[in-house]
Amino acid sequence: MPYSDPVQSFTGTPQYIVSDELARSVDVAVALARPLLIKGEPGTGKTLLAHDIAQFYGMPLERWHVKSTTKAVDGLYQYDAVRRLHDSRFGGEDVGDIKRYIDLGPLGRAFKAERRVVVLIDEIDKADLEFPNDLLHELDMMTFIIPETGEEVKAIHRPVVVITSNNEKELPDAFLRRCVFHWIAFPDRELMARIVNVHHPDVEEALISGAIEAFYRLRSVDGLRKPPSTSELIDWISALRHSGMDPAKLLGAGLPYLGTLLKKEQDFETVERHARRGLFSGRR
Amino acid sequence: MPAPLTVTPPRSGGGVFLDFFFNLRARGVKVATHNWLALMDALGRGLHKDSLDGFYAVARCLLISSETQLDTFDQVFGETFRGVRVDAKALLDNLDAWLKDPKQLEHLDPALKALIQSMDLEQLREELKKRLAEQKERHEGGNRWVGTGGTSPFGQGGYNPAGIRIGGGGGGRSALAVADARRFANFRKDLVLDTRQIAAALRRLRKLSREEGEPELDLDGTIDKTARNCGDIDIVMQPPRSNNVRLLLLLDVGGSMDPHAHLVSRLFSAAHQGGNFRELRSYYFHNCVYDRVYEDASFSDGIKTQELIHQLTRKWYIILVGDAYMHPGELMMTTSDWWSPQRGASGLTWLARIADRFPRSAWLNPEHPRLYDSGTIAEIKRVFPMFPLTLAGLDDMIARLRRPQDPRRRTHVARLAQKAVM
Repeated sequence: MPYSDPVQSFTGTPQYIVSDELARSVDVAVALARPLLIKGEPGTGKTLLAHDIAQFYGMPLERWHVKSTTKAVDGLYQYDAVRRLHDSRFGGEDVGDIKRYIDLGPLGRAFKAERRVVVLIDEIDKADLEFPNDLLHELDMMTFIIPETGEEVKAIHRPVVVITSNNEKELPDAFLRRCVFHWIAFPDRELMARIVNVHHPDVEEALISGAIEAFYRLRSVDGLRKPPSTSELIDWISALRHSGMDPAKLLGAGLPYLGTLLKKEQDFETVERHARRGLFSGRR
Repeated sequence: MPAPLTVTPPRSGGGVFLDFFFNLRARGVKVATHNWLALMDALGRGLHKDSLDGFYAVARCLLISSETQLDTFDQVFGETFRGVRVDAKALLDNLDAWLKDPKQLEHLDPALKALIQSMDLEQLREELKKRLAEQKERHEGGNRWVGTGGTSPFGQGGYNPAGIRIGGGGGGRSALAVADARRFANFRKDLVLDTRQIAAALRRLRKLSREEGEPELDLDGTIDKTARNCGDIDIVMQPPRSNNVRLLLLLDVGGSMDPHAHLVSRLFSAAHQGGNFRELRSYYFHNCVYDRVYEDASFSDGIKTQELIHQLTRKWYIILVGDAYMHPGELMMTTSDWWSPQRGASGLTWLARIADRFPRSAWLNPEHPRLYDSGTIAEIKRVFPMFPLTLAGLDDMIARLRRPQDPRRRTHVARLAQKAVM
């Protein structure tokens, strides 16, 4: 494969903080034009990554949100037989031209685009097991044929394909082999502080560090059904801010606005048990 | 920070890189040649930014395809690129060999070489021992640790820089420290973690099919067919799509199972929440199945095992969970439950009857597989295929349940089941 011009190395944008490792994975996917498969805990910004790559490189973004009923062909094109029938009955359009009734899907549009496009295939694990396999050829060769018209759609520029998965289903090996894989690890405290800072640039340092400390202690509680994630921390800090919480009292006996952090009833009980043992008060 | 050293670009991927490839494969990360070539391509384009940290990230995203492999990757990375095993003796031997071979030194960058040459061997060894002693916990990183690839004179000790540049990328945690931190140990497949993972594994047991049930209208199909049929109605019917798997869980509780109660309850809730089985039933037993199984762990309400066997069709999947560890008498003797006065078939006979009736049955054992070949466990393992209660074990079990029953086990089970006529 000829070495193309080096692409600008991904660094994330001021709104989206990435770890170095994630940045390298993006570089690899962009340079080798392979799909980037992103997995990770809920709330670690998997979907947002595609938006951010598009913004960083100034590329348009095509979104394809996968549902349980989505079929692989939906992303390529759809043939609107009903509209054609309607036109043939009630006149008006030229129904002889089938092309008029072919609508390209997100992947099809990205192939035909004049410039390189970012395609987000969101939550691929929601679809049937066959779904990823049905896309193998298209993602590999970046080309497909529309049988209704015989037209071959071939990518002018291989799009940057970002695929997210929540691990609901295993993906087939043949599919995995073709992807660049990245697991977004849960941010460590340092990275978390930077992320929070993006969302709350004007909050006092003491509140943020106190909130982050409490947050990680909360996450360390064993047996939580749904440990709070980044987005919940950001909401929580908003709540703390609006209430004018005194940071010094944050690590006291009970955490305020626990409802923004925990979403399951059992988790409240679990946390309460730990709180009684002094998990959130003072030093550990 | 020493100036970066340039060596041959890894276009052909020789030396330590090939070691890395084979080490990964040896540890069960099946890296395909395809991915290896992609890695060489990426390195050729300089995507690793001439640093070991960058190499770590680039190699990781191309060579592995599941978070369950991350931990193994970290371990292999550490071992290969430190060039030394984890134990101190090998590290010292390695250092000796390394220092004795002046050719090796030529590959090092000048600053590091100067530093090493300025210390004598004894002094170096002492220093190394001291730091090895400090290095009790491996997850700290920093520049004083062995193998962290930073400014420590030992950092790049075993690292054979035949292919990439070292240096650059200062600050932050170095690749080896990152690899050493074993951040992904929790994702290993030989551990069972949370209900979500168990549920995802159990879901693979699911067989979605349109085999049974009243046919229903396929609306999309009908519209499409009709439109293509110039508007003449063309109705498409299909059976509903549903999971056809029926699962019976039989759970051992109490006694030697107490330490595993948490794990078993996770399995239980995963099956109930995430399994989406067509039917799911669960019963409890203590130590071994006898003539009754119970609806709750307090052993009050129950159902006769014989009745259960008759009620359920052969299509049911049966998963028994227990440590299969008991007094041999509990398994072999024909008195039944130790709290029930009537005499009946032995525990082993009951198990065999279950296995005989339901070809798709398996045993999950929270104990380590090394214990499976002795005592009552071995005996039960001849009746049910036995798997450890870990993610990998669940996967293996599901793969096993999808295949037809082993004929040898079939004969053995049939013989045992008939031993005592009811």
